[in-house]
Amino acid sequence: MSADVVGAPPADGAAPPPPADRSTGRGIELVLLALAAVIVTFALVLVEANQEEELTRALLYVGAAYLGLFAVAHLAVRKFAPHADPLMLPCVALLNGLGLVMIHRLDLAAAERADALGRAAPTLLIQRQVVWTAIGLALFVGVLFLVRNHRTLARYGYTAGFAGLVLLALPGLLPSSISEVNGAKIWLRLGIFSIQPGEFAKIFLIVFFAVFLVQKRELFSDAGRTFLGMELPRARDLAPLLLAWGLSVGVLVLERDLGTSLLFFGIVLVMLYTATGRVSWMVIGLAIFMAGGAVAYQLFGHVRTRVQVWLDPFADFDGSGFQIGQALFGLGTGGIGGTGLGAGRPDLVPYAESDFMLSSLGEELGLVGLSAILVVYLVLITRGLRSALAVRDSFGKLLATGLSFTLALQTFVVIGGASKLIPLTGLTLPFLSYGGSSLVANYALVALLLRVSNAARTPLPHRPAKPAAPIAEAGTELVERPS
Amino acid sequence: MPELVLQLTRAGFLALLWIFVLFALRVVRSDIYGAAGLRSLVGGGRSTGRGGRGRAARQLLVTAGALAGTRISLDSRPILIGRADDSTLVLDDDYASTRHARIAPQGDDWYVEDLGSTNGTYLDRAKVTGPTRVPLGVPVRIGKTVIELRS
Repeated sequence: MSADVVGAPPADGAAPPPPADRSTGRGIELVLLALAAVIVTFALVLVEANQEEELTRALLYVGAAYLGLFAVAHLAVRKFAPHADPLMLPCVALLNGLGLVMIHRLDLAAAERADALGRAAPTLLIQRQVVWTAIGLALFVGVLFLVRNHRTLARYGYTAGFAGLVLLALPGLLPSSISEVNGAKIWLRLGIFSIQPGEFAKIFLIVFFAVFLVQKRELFSDAGRTFLGMELPRARDLAPLLLAWGLSVGVLVLERDLGTSLLFFGIVLVMLYTATGRVSWMVIGLAIFMAGGAVAYQLFGHVRTRVQVWLDPFADFDGSGFQIGQALFGLGTGGIGGTGLGAGRPDLVPYAESDFMLSSLGEELGLVGLSAILVVYLVLITRGLRSALAVRDSFGKLLATGLSFTLALQTFVVIGGASKLIPLTGLTLPFLSYGGSSLVANYALVALLLRVSNAARTPLPHRPAKPAAPIAEAGTELVERPS
Repeated sequence: MPELVLQLTRAGFLALLWIFVLFALRVVRSDIYGAAGLRSLVGGGRSTGRGGRGRAARQLLVTAGALAGTRISLDSRPILIGRADDSTLVLDDDYASTRHARIAPQGDDWYVEDLGSTNGTYLDRAKVTGPTRVPLGVPVRIGKTVIELRS
């Protein structure tokens, strides 16, 4: 919505003033991107200094390259979505930049350890992640270029639903040799690189649900009987929800992936609630999810292990509890102010660069730094939800709500898992963690959010108003609100 | 690296992170006040020569229907309502027509006009036949959507 065009109609009834040249926020975006580049370069310098690497001018070039990469994205936003939200891109840039610095820092630690143990140097994760960042930004620009109006997506609703379903189910149905890594069958290994199709599936499925709910909203609002002050839906209208539930349980069973299953079902529930505004859907949904979870706990060993590790990681510290136990020690070592970038030992946690990025950052930046990062996530998510509130069509509202909520839920599930608030799941922190599919998919997601926010913030089209009666002839009238 | 420098840069980095956050929150804040009409960022646009007159409509608020809660800041441009993509307020309502109604300013007042819709436009309880003045806070009903003008 036009944020500050609140000027009243001209008092003298003359031709309206030209549309106000209001700030589109692109300047603010550029300033914040530059600030993010300064922060990331500073972080890189600190890491190098603390790891006793040589401080060279090359570090500045790395910072400049980072700024250049996001300047391209900024120019694309300027060209294709000039009224888009000015805060989303800088938030994403800062998170991605800090993630890259942390991955580089863990690379240094891994190389050092390999050196001490006399092993061959491990592969550098940072190189791959930089390539994925570039691919992600290319996709970001591509989405902004191709999707000029988010409402065109509504035409491809069922195609998107089919594509999402295929991507979600594919790894579960393929043989384990192609799709299984570390027990979770969520991968597609294609020679030199592997992707997680589930990360892309979530975007397609959100588009589908938004289209579906706009068309069938009435169906879900039909009143059934009232129970405990809630209007329950009719039993036959439960079918789509049960279908989604079955699918998410299928993902849990076939792909052994608690995170994607939780994320998928959470998206369905929240979008249903957004579309109908009825609490009963949430209650029913949470009830059947808990029932599914209880059954899964009884039937599957991997779910039971996760829950037991969550309840007491120190019961089997040298075994299954080692990872989360070390992560908790890392967070404790960080304390309020952290050890300083490059001065801690976040590499002691297995998978510190992906699932446990939180504890790596928490150890080196402390509570102060970690809360700053969480507020950056919060800003990103609230700006998405704000676009959903402000945009003027139902499809855009549901789409933006679904996309922002995905970011929110994924961040919550990962942070909750790594800090032992909820059982650990196999998701990645959006933009921070190592992982190509997640990064690239989230760039596409943010591009769509920017597209919706552009529609929401574009000033109303200017139509020449018919000449009004001169004010001198019009009677003065006191307007009262009828009570 | 000397301990003192380490501590200073450590604190400096955290401060820099929070400067970014506070700057972002400042933008959020100014945006919220701008959109709610509490403070105009453009400045001066609304205080000129308006003292002592009746309250003018500054916002259009959707109070019921699928888009409930949506606000549109009003300026001197007419608001088009309907299912068409280029409407100001795009309705996905089976009871709304492609170009359903228009709410346009005349001087300080706003007038609602039905654009030949199938199911009609209602001001409070009365069907709108010609351009009709919309007082503040009186519901305009289009299909399942209800909108009001607010100051």
